[in-house]
Amino acid sequence: MVDVQIKEKLTAIVGAENYDDSKAGRLVYSYDATPNFQSMPDAVISPRNAQEISQILKICSSRGIPIVPRGSGTNLCAGTCPTEGGIVLLFKHMNKVIEIDEENLTVTVQPGVITLDMINQVEARGLFYPPDPSSMKISTIGGNINENSGGLRGLKYGVTRDYVMGLEAVLANGEIIRTGGKLAKDVAGYDFTRLLVGSEGTLAIITEATLKLIPLPEAKKTMLALFQDLEQAAKSVSKIIADKIIPATLEFLDQPTLKAVEDFAQIGLPTDVKAVLLIEQDGPVDVVEMDMQKMAEICQKQGAVSVQLAKSEQEAEALRTARRAALSALARLKPTTILEDATVPRSEIANMVKAINEISQKYGLSICTFGHAGDGNLHPTCPADARDKNEMERVEKAFEEIFIKAIELGGTITGEHGVGVMKAPYLELKLGQAGINAMKAVKTGLDPNNILNPGKIFAKDNRKRVVVTQ
Amino acid sequence: MTTLKEQAIIQEEFAKRMDEDELLNCMRCGFCLPSCPTYVESGFKEAHSPRGRIALMKAVADGLIEPDEDVERSLDLCLGCRACEPVCPSGVKYGHLLEEARDIINQNKKYSLPVRAVRNFVFNGLFPHQNRMRAAAGLLGFYQRSGLQSAARKTGMLNWLPKNLSAMEKVLPQVPKLKEMKNRPSYLSADKPVKIAAFFTGCLMDTMFLETNNATIKLLQLAGCEIHIPQNQACCGALHGHSGEKQTAKDLAKRNIEAFEKLDTDYIITNAGGCGAFLIDYGHLLKDDREWHERAVKFSEKLKDISQILYELEFHKKVHLELPGQIVTYQDSCHLRNVMKTSIAPRTLLNSIRGIEFREMKDADRCCGSAGIYNIVESEMSMQILDHKMIQAKSANAAVIVASNPGCLLQMKLGIEREGLQHKIKAVHIADILLEAACEK
Repeated sequence: MVDVQIKEKLTAIVGAENYDDSKAGRLVYSYDATPNFQSMPDAVISPRNAQEISQILKICSSRGIPIVPRGSGTNLCAGTCPTEGGIVLLFKHMNKVIEIDEENLTVTVQPGVITLDMINQVEARGLFYPPDPSSMKISTIGGNINENSGGLRGLKYGVTRDYVMGLEAVLANGEIIRTGGKLAKDVAGYDFTRLLVGSEGTLAIITEATLKLIPLPEAKKTMLALFQDLEQAAKSVSKIIADKIIPATLEFLDQPTLKAVEDFAQIGLPTDVKAVLLIEQDGPVDVVEMDMQKMAEICQKQGAVSVQLAKSEQEAEALRTARRAALSALARLKPTTILEDATVPRSEIANMVKAINEISQKYGLSICTFGHAGDGNLHPTCPADARDKNEMERVEKAFEEIFIKAIELGGTITGEHGVGVMKAPYLELKLGQAGINAMKAVKTGLDPNNILNPGKIFAKDNRKRVVVTQ
Repeated sequence: MTTLKEQAIIQEEFAKRMDEDELLNCMRCGFCLPSCPTYVESGFKEAHSPRGRIALMKAVADGLIEPDEDVERSLDLCLGCRACEPVCPSGVKYGHLLEEARDIINQNKKYSLPVRAVRNFVFNGLFPHQNRMRAAAGLLGFYQRSGLQSAARKTGMLNWLPKNLSAMEKVLPQVPKLKEMKNRPSYLSADKPVKIAAFFTGCLMDTMFLETNNATIKLLQLAGCEIHIPQNQACCGALHGHSGEKQTAKDLAKRNIEAFEKLDTDYIITNAGGCGAFLIDYGHLLKDDREWHERAVKFSEKLKDISQILYELEFHKKVHLELPGQIVTYQDSCHLRNVMKTSIAPRTLLNSIRGIEFREMKDADRCCGSAGIYNIVESEMSMQILDHKMIQAKSANAAVIVASNPGCLLQMKLGIEREGLQHKIKAVHIADILLEAACEK
């Protein structure tokens, strides 16, 4: 696919040191954080600016070479796995914070900047960028935008989409476009900014982003509510929202997750209870104080055995860090860790938790559940072994049932991880054929040669698979 | 470079010997990436990250790619600092995977004659024999005292030193006389003994850093330990284990287990983080050896670093520690921190010294680039890492950098020398500064 001629052309654009087609060099970009997906790219390229990307795309377009933009490869839907070969495009040279604009409350960044690095820089100026995916210490902003990442603060502050104000992107034909801007209002044409956010690299290559910032909240408090009954915890979530409190964080962890996380973090998490809620509120001191008290009371009324306030910011940070490690910590239990992020309206959380438990029993699986209960986004996770074919088939069936249940409850197949390859066969469940057709029309319009991250979002056939490879 | 035939054998061995469960345990979340010095220093190359290296090991084991020179390069450039282990939520034992992979490669490739000769000399001829270590160090001492360079070079040790030879040579400590090195008693009492400790002297520590060993013994006595020093102990084998010479490492482990198990002591004490991390892993090293495994585990259970034992015996509360006013900072030994999980103890001890200001330098937990013989065989990357370390040390404005491992100590001295700061900053082992503080009135 990438012959000598193409290689010469690409090398001329980026320099020999930024083009790698060695076996080892390609292998380490053949995967992301999604289990059971691996595919070798033909080459790996690290351009230094949008102009170089434009030139690369022109070549790829003319020769039909797939191109897969990749941040740090932490996504969970095989979105950056080069399943159809081609070229993996890295942003390691495009990793600068270009500008923090304190008058317009925006930050302009290159896609390769690490999320947490940017957050630290803006917080040093008393500003706040709320989206905080669990991988933010490693993930890049470009990756976050392409996957429309969520995080622990989604309930109150929304997700990546809600903070992207403008983009610079290179289209498949090599043309460079700019969308939106430092504008609170802008209705000039289609909202391409929103279209590109969460497009998983299938519509354009994002080369710069202007993000919205808000003032850093004055105070923040963190607590843990402990339950001996899963449904009590889930009901507390709905009650808190119904009581018109919107906490900054409302995370749910069940007992098996707690045990795995404590095994790693060793911070004295309660492992003798069936579930905990990690609750945070931020804002003006007195509001935080009052909300925390109200939420503690609600939890106790629902049957919480204990409600503990974090004594220091250090303790609170340890709790958040532990929660963020939940998925990877579950990988301790068994070799293959299959995770989903079915999402329902928050009022249905208790029903969803109940359904997950019934489904896991039906298929003889142990499904651990944690997630952003406050925004209805759960992460049922199944520790399994890819070498056990029978087990993997049961996992497949169980997750299909979970998806169907989520849709039934008015939810979706994925809240924040993306469709990628992994959930492509289920997309129709959510969109219907007409919805898929409309999306395909957009894709074909912008990328007629299907070079931008091909094989993602849209399934090749309707064979359902999350994990079982034939 | 390995031949195709060697690659085929290496690949077969990978499939046979690499721990499949441990390879699968890596779920590729990437949480390790920011902790890896070579990933950061290489400009974020996945091949130089723990996740990339595990993927390469797995791909070789699975037959997806051959163990070619790029794979070897990736494994060679790893410092083995194991900073990726404590941050790994899945608990992947990266160090064990690396050790096994390196052993397979090194045992199945033919090095060029000179390399083979040097490896054989160092790994089999020199380090396992304490008398030869003394002799080599003795020659070095003679060289230092008399200026006869050629005498020292004939030992082969100095032939190892590449272009940074002159700087390295300058920072080597004054080697004690042969007589002093041999004059080590096997038992020392304490005033009011509360615990019995056995001291693991370490091959390098007991020659080039004899003074630090003497200080360690003195501190143990002050803390209330009576001390046994078994004469027949050997090199810990870390150098061998990390360089793909596992069999020699196992032989050395057995010698040490035998030497210490007879003495029914409460603890086995080491003052070198690098040795400690290897000693504490003897159980894993000998996991397939039915006769030795349990004995190895018992040995390792007693192991503690000097700073940890002093902390636990509340040395810093019992003994008045004081030094003239100065800023002191601490550079973690990676293996002490990441493997032996000792990081609070040394800081608490230093903080207890009156008169000084203990100031944490940024990224103190990040490898200094010494990493055994890494600073010699991978000197370019090592010096890049060291230069970044020195930026942090300078901005901490410290007059003293404290280390817990001979390799780190030498590297810090080298860094100071490279920066031309030898009149402003000094590097010392924690045992030396603590003893100085205990004696200072």
